[in-house]
Amino acid sequence: MFENCGEIFLLFWRTLLALPQTWRQRQKVMEQFFEIGNASLLMVCVLSFFIGGVIALNFGPVLVEHSMASAVGGVVGLAIAKELAPVMMAILIAGRIGSAMAAEIGSMSVYQEIDALRTMNINPIHYLVLPRILALAVALPMLVIFSVLVGWFGGAVVANFNHFMDIPFRVFLADLKDIVELRDVVNGVFKSFCFAVIIGVVSCHQGLATIGGPRGIGRSVTKAVVNSIVLIVIFDYILTRCLLK
Amino acid sequence: MNGSNPHSSAGVGLVVRGLRKSFAGEEVLHGIDFTVKPGEIFVIMGPSGSGKSVLLKHLIGLETADAGEILINGEPITTPEIAAKYRMALVFQSGALLSSLTVGENVGLYLAEHRLKPPAEIEKIVAEKLADVGLNDVMDKLPNELSGGMKKRAAIARALVIEPQLILYDEPTSELDPLSAVVIGNEILSLNRRTGVTTLVVSHDRDLAFGVADRIAVMAEGRILALGTPAEVKNSNDPQVQNFLRADFQREK
Repeated sequence: MFENCGEIFLLFWRTLLALPQTWRQRQKVMEQFFEIGNASLLMVCVLSFFIGGVIALNFGPVLVEHSMASAVGGVVGLAIAKELAPVMMAILIAGRIGSAMAAEIGSMSVYQEIDALRTMNINPIHYLVLPRILALAVALPMLVIFSVLVGWFGGAVVANFNHFMDIPFRVFLADLKDIVELRDVVNGVFKSFCFAVIIGVVSCHQGLATIGGPRGIGRSVTKAVVNSIVLIVIFDYILTRCLLK
Repeated sequence: MNGSNPHSSAGVGLVVRGLRKSFAGEEVLHGIDFTVKPGEIFVIMGPSGSGKSVLLKHLIGLETADAGEILINGEPITTPEIAAKYRMALVFQSGALLSSLTVGENVGLYLAEHRLKPPAEIEKIVAEKLADVGLNDVMDKLPNELSGGMKKRAAIARALVIEPQLILYDEPTSELDPLSAVVIGNEILSLNRRTGVTTLVVSHDRDLAFGVADRIAVMAEGRILALGTPAEVKNSNDPQVQNFLRADFQREK
């Protein structure tokens, strides 16, 4: 993976230089945006609900046992907003959308469709890479906001109905409101924006670098997902460290 | 050739001098030299792996040569900006139609992406170009709904939209049945005669080469072994050329 870092950074830089083309490519950005939303919304909803629930289930009874029931809402709220929603959604999107991007662009590389674009003086970065990265950079933060809300709801439901906790909705949400600040949610959303760029650049790079037929496409898809997840985890630490109060 | 062509000024002249290219230390083009006259149909023929397609990629700017030069109308093509002055199109072996777009969108892609015409006019031009290559009622179909021959004709229509001065065909009859191959060959001839576009065909199909070419170059192992009119190439003394031209099945009697 690391031998490709220079190429990945170069693709990122070329995409930045292509940003003035955004208005021209707006239709493709919208198409990609709706595709990402359609493909992921239900999955995000289910995943987030159960993540919220499992966090409440893991920490709630312990906190209640130590007479800290009022902290359950805050713990669930913070864990989801600051860490779990951005990272889990980024991993979900890397697996679902990043793999599809690498496969589509990889297949275009193998079957000379990208060469065909070049012969028509159509820059593949403007035509293929920019719309995908922009759509991801908008869609993933929005999915994360949605995920945070559903995750909190999942935590509240479990805290309410689990007989070890029995924390009413109203109390759970009041505790959450006391502990979680807007800044925590904003930081999580900002992290997801960075992860979206990572997924987009890594997946498009793998797609463009694909050689060798269907086997090559399969290899690119795997590398796109694995490399994205590794970089997400590394950047998660770096960003969390930078965003500490 | 082409003396009777009324539009021969539309095509450009092409000169290739001393073109060399290596991949991973292995030289695949060993100093290629040839000239294509404006409006001519020039066929580069040779067995698979002789470097024909690599040469074609150099001409269209998809590869950069290690040495040598390519001149169009006498001007060395050293940068993409200079190359962009000339309208060149490549018809890929596979057609290389974008699988996510309809045939109509594929054919009109150049005009739409460069915003050269309004959408209604693009649609009209696309229909015209598809009709020129004998394709009707395929505008809204996806490329995977077309046969191999239809894909190649759609790819030719996409190339024609550019109104090219130089059109390059990479193995235009590969994977086609003999009838479709003849249709494509006739298409290449008819477009050349109608528009005067300079035409360079890379193929290992002997029937196509001798059927459409004004001049032929035979390549093997990255070198040009023979170059001339079809009659001159047929009479070449080079044993490799004769071997390629006369290769046939040996049935024991």
